[in-house]
Amino acid sequence: MTAISSPMDVPATSAEADVSFTERRTDWQGISFKALLMAGLGFAILTLVAVLWNVIVDGGDFLLERGTSFLTENASSRANEFGVFEGIRGTLWIGIFVIVFSFPIGIGAAIYLEEYASDSKLKRFIELNIRNLAGVPSVVYGIFGLIIFVRRFDGFFPNSVERHLGATTAAAGATLAVLVLPIVIITSAEAIRAVPRALREAGYGVGATRWEVTRHHVLPYAAPGILTGTLLSLARALGEAAPLILIGGVLGSLGPQSSLFELEQLGEQFTSLTLMITQLAKRPSTVAGWTEATAAAIIVLLGIVLMANAAAILLRNRFEKKRG
Amino acid sequence: MTATTTLTIDDMTGSARRRTRERFVSSLFFGAAAISLLISVGIIYSLIDEAWTFLGGVDMGQLWGDQWAPPFAEYDIKTPFVGSLIVTGIAMTLAIPVGLAAAVYMSEYARPGVRKVLKPTLEVLAGIPSVVLGFFALRWISPNIVQNISDAGGFSLMAAGLGVGILTIPLIASVSEDALASVPGALREASAGLGAKKVTTTIRITIPAAISGLVAAFIIGISRAIGETMVVFLAAGGGGNQAEFTTNPFDPGTVMTAAMAATVAPSDRVASGVELESLFFLGLMLFLITLTLNVIADRFVRRVRLVY
Repeated sequence: MTAISSPMDVPATSAEADVSFTERRTDWQGISFKALLMAGLGFAILTLVAVLWNVIVDGGDFLLERGTSFLTENASSRANEFGVFEGIRGTLWIGIFVIVFSFPIGIGAAIYLEEYASDSKLKRFIELNIRNLAGVPSVVYGIFGLIIFVRRFDGFFPNSVERHLGATTAAAGATLAVLVLPIVIITSAEAIRAVPRALREAGYGVGATRWEVTRHHVLPYAAPGILTGTLLSLARALGEAAPLILIGGVLGSLGPQSSLFELEQLGEQFTSLTLMITQLAKRPSTVAGWTEATAAAIIVLLGIVLMANAAAILLRNRFEKKRG
Repeated sequence: MTATTTLTIDDMTGSARRRTRERFVSSLFFGAAAISLLISVGIIYSLIDEAWTFLGGVDMGQLWGDQWAPPFAEYDIKTPFVGSLIVTGIAMTLAIPVGLAAAVYMSEYARPGVRKVLKPTLEVLAGIPSVVLGFFALRWISPNIVQNISDAGGFSLMAAGLGVGILTIPLIASVSEDALASVPGALREASAGLGAKKVTTTIRITIPAAISGLVAAFIIGISRAIGETMVVFLAAGGGGNQAEFTTNPFDPGTVMTAAMAATVAPSDRVASGVELESLFFLGLMLFLITLTLNVIADRFVRRVRLVY
């Protein structure tokens, strides 16, 4: 036998071979790779901290000083009298629309796709369509709301069109309900898909109908997952601004407002926390007080949105743990 | 429904009431699913209708000039397009490496306990509304970073791009992590069994195996960045819906989405006619671009599912 090659650093003796196998070597490549990864992750977390910290530093004192009057007073042309009452009201209305329309329709659609539809072309088309809808930019939903809800349906309140061209609270709520619908469907469908097959078959085995199996076995099991998804989409809707600008939301004051909830408001002009923040942030920062007021409004918005988010995440983690 | 039973069909179908209820419930759910089709039709209808009116209403000369300024009947279409390109480019230069690194760390390196803390943290970041990041980009990124490294003014495409980048990091991280998690453990174990170090396994085995999912994550990130409105609307300038054409990221400018918002954002005057219709034209372009990207991303995601 002839040697094909003779590597230079092959251990000559078995003792040397032992050493080469067992000696401690520092894996510089591995360490630097890991450091790089951690730097990336660290950066992501640092930006989160920076965003929150920046807002709290700018607006925390202002908010503490104003206390609840910041929440209960109307917009003002003076920063130290500014309140976000109108915005909170608009944002709550949007939440109501999402809960009343997106949740039932979205969950219903998910049930259809996962439990009822056979694996047909139609089903695959609807699924593809929903995935694509989920990727449509939010401004485009704003155009949809403007053309369909505001113009075609006169904001659902034809009698009050003159004053605001159909840009009503109802139109805003409906637009955002449409915007989050695909997300509700996708997350609910995922939760329903995760229900073990055996559970359904046990139900069918004892003679339950499809609806009975869905109602009594599938939905209760999928409920935490569905709730997580719906809460996340609610948070998404409450934080949206662009579609509201497009359909003609008011970027400023609605005029003096006092009542929190009245059905007439559905046919009136609207603003939201996000629109108020947009308006505030566009003011020149050189005028004293406005940066603080903007940051304070952001703290209120983040309070609402992150609460919904955190609830969703906690809920999911809790149930993930339980079911292993 | 197997054979050998003395039951007749009638025995098995149950009561009429029960069957009616089944049919009713079933059509209710189908209706819910069909609404999504209606929405798609509605979106396409609302975009196409007036986009054509716009193209019919302007001279071709108005579509090529120095600035995007609908109030002055100047519709230089390359301004918002190039603006979108610059902002998306900056955003992805930031978000792809950071998001990928975060995903690889969480999927391959982090211990389960650490992961349980990191993942929700990123999800909180994902939950921050874009208008908040717009404020952050305008009031913090712009003065503290952009204006330190350049002589940019308060508004710049750079500040907007960095803000959009931060916004897309969690999205890219989460989709990438899903892609990495779908790589079978056996591949990693085989690699380790051959004596490969963890870093070698990750770079030479896991990442290539997940590549189509990772590409999908990047495309979804790009699509999201192009569609992002509020950060650019607040931080890039283009106030009064007037933005000059620029290729310099440190200049103020506008992008497709922000130009749309600026057209209708109420100020002292209300846009109408051709000026308002420019909105639908940009919307249609934006819709087509993001739809194409999403369809491509979907293909890539599908490929991952087919292989494993």
